[in-house]
Amino acid sequence: MDNSKKINRRKFFQTAVALSVGGLGGAIAIKSTKANTVWQIDPNLCTQCEKCATECVLSQSAVKCVHAYDVCGYCELCGGYSTPDAIHLDTAAENQLCPTGAIKRTYIEDPYFEYSIDETKCIGCAKCVKGCGAFGNGSLYLQVRHDLCLNCNECAIARVCPSGAFKQVPVDKPYLLRGEQGYVK
Amino acid sequence: MRRMGVKYLYLFLLITLLMGNLFAQDRFPKPEFETDYYQPQTTTPLPDSQLFNYLDVFLLVIGMSLAAYFSLKSRSRRGIFIISLLSVLYFGFFRKGCVCSVGSLQNFALALGNSGYVLPVLVGAVFILPLLFSLFFARSFCSSVCPLGAIQDLLVLKPLKLPSALSKVLSFLPYLYLGFAVLLAFTNSGFIICRYDPFINIFRLSGDFNKIIYTGAFLILCVLIARPYCRFLCPYGVLLGWMSGLSSRHVTITPTECIQCKLCENSCPFDAIEKPSPEKVPETRTAGTKRVGILLLLIPLIIFVSGFALSRLDNILARANPTVRLAEQIRLEDEGVVKETTLESRTFRSQEKTGEQLANESQNIVAQFRIGGWILGAFLGLTFSLKLFGLSVRRKREDYEPNPQHCFSCGRCWESCPVDRAPSAKVKKLGLK
Repeated sequence: MDNSKKINRRKFFQTAVALSVGGLGGAIAIKSTKANTVWQIDPNLCTQCEKCATECVLSQSAVKCVHAYDVCGYCELCGGYSTPDAIHLDTAAENQLCPTGAIKRTYIEDPYFEYSIDETKCIGCAKCVKGCGAFGNGSLYLQVRHDLCLNCNECAIARVCPSGAFKQVPVDKPYLLRGEQGYVK
Repeated sequence: MRRMGVKYLYLFLLITLLMGNLFAQDRFPKPEFETDYYQPQTTTPLPDSQLFNYLDVFLLVIGMSLAAYFSLKSRSRRGIFIISLLSVLYFGFFRKGCVCSVGSLQNFALALGNSGYVLPVLVGAVFILPLLFSLFFARSFCSSVCPLGAIQDLLVLKPLKLPSALSKVLSFLPYLYLGFAVLLAFTNSGFIICRYDPFINIFRLSGDFNKIIYTGAFLILCVLIARPYCRFLCPYGVLLGWMSGLSSRHVTITPTECIQCKLCENSCPFDAIEKPSPEKVPETRTAGTKRVGILLLLIPLIIFVSGFALSRLDNILARANPTVRLAEQIRLEDEGVVKETTLESRTFRSQEKTGEQLANESQNIVAQFRIGGWILGAFLGLTFSLKLFGLSVRRKREDYEPNPQHCFSCGRCWESCPVDRAPSAKVKKLGLK
């Protein structure tokens, strides 16, 4: 008799808690988004503080520089490619801004050059982004590369990003691109 | 008149500069190429398919069902061991440990506290499902499905036995950790559970020097003390313990009836087996009643005092929030107290937000911390008093039983129980049976 009463009380509590946890789950399901989120950088907020290169939990940061070709002016004098005090506008290492030589420059026709990024070399330091934004069109900018990013629950870079440029975006729109491909003007 | 002219000139210059910024992309228009130059596209490598996220939840449910079957029905320690191994490999090394159920409680708290953050359904599922399972099938999630628990379980080799007083004191830490993690996530001040997760670095096989030292030290600790994170830190374990306490099904040491042989007494490396209560009552009834009475009177006082104390610490606790820290830095710079600027303050000054707006935001967050401090203090006071209360009252227990809240359902105790077991080859050879 006593024992069955005890079991009944347990059943009651169990049902009550199950219902409330279930209700909580239901409330989440109604209020939440269907898609998971991934981390991404808003290029318009980024201030090129260089933390992306050092703060990522991966030993090689998942943040890389990308190039919006249709925003680029294809100039010979490129603020993202050459150092400000470059003596010659050539491919010599001492005249390049990129510390790892990750930007490749190809001659197209006089006087235009195409710039592309070797992402295996890029460390995401944003030196070129700063140079391009200060003088040029801003066609070089940082993005989180999702083939590398582990999508940590708390992004170690987002935690220290001073400008709030790191955002969680829906997984079906994982990039904030510039130019015709993107929707960031 | 001339001054006016200069003023307008400045205004004109200012406007052109602003326009220049607005239309920065038009500085050097894209050339019209004469050769047939093909313009490449910016590549956009995609994240892992969403299917993986669904698979995670699916495998979580399958894993928990199997673990519940092995721990409650078939009593197979080998089955639980195999799930542990698979969980460490899949959830740990393959999926790199994110997002886990332990961490997801912060996402939940963040979604409660910030209307700006919407919780993804799958993260919510990872949070809710183990709680529901524990409510009906005890902590089978902890036994093997949780990658953090599983990796520690695999390292239980020759653990030390902790003095019971020490483990009683240490078992209060998860409540502290839970309380602070929820407070910080609720106020959008960061996810400390993720930040100080000792096992994530081994799952990712990366990390800086300090993190590698931290993880290495913790792994060594796991060999010396069985499941130190689960027992003395895990904040999610607190919630699972509550759920499991309400469950009507638990791991039993004996398959049928206990014969009081005491063989299982030391078989639990986690000190989760409770001994039968001694026969004789060491104190008089009135003394016990008096002690419990005083304790019951003290409980409201303890709750109030700790709530009050933590709510007074609002300014100190709120410094965990980056916005509050930035507002403080800006204020000190404006008042000329500090000379050097920081990266954060310089970035802030290059943006549009004013110092006043920031100070307001900061004050709102501090107010949240004040209320949160009351709640956190009351919660900690209550759990502390309930712990005292639990030490003070005696429950009658006749058999050796796993503690319904703290048992991880790992099944190590089964091996020591001689009831209904076929005699081993050695026993047969000796002719003992």
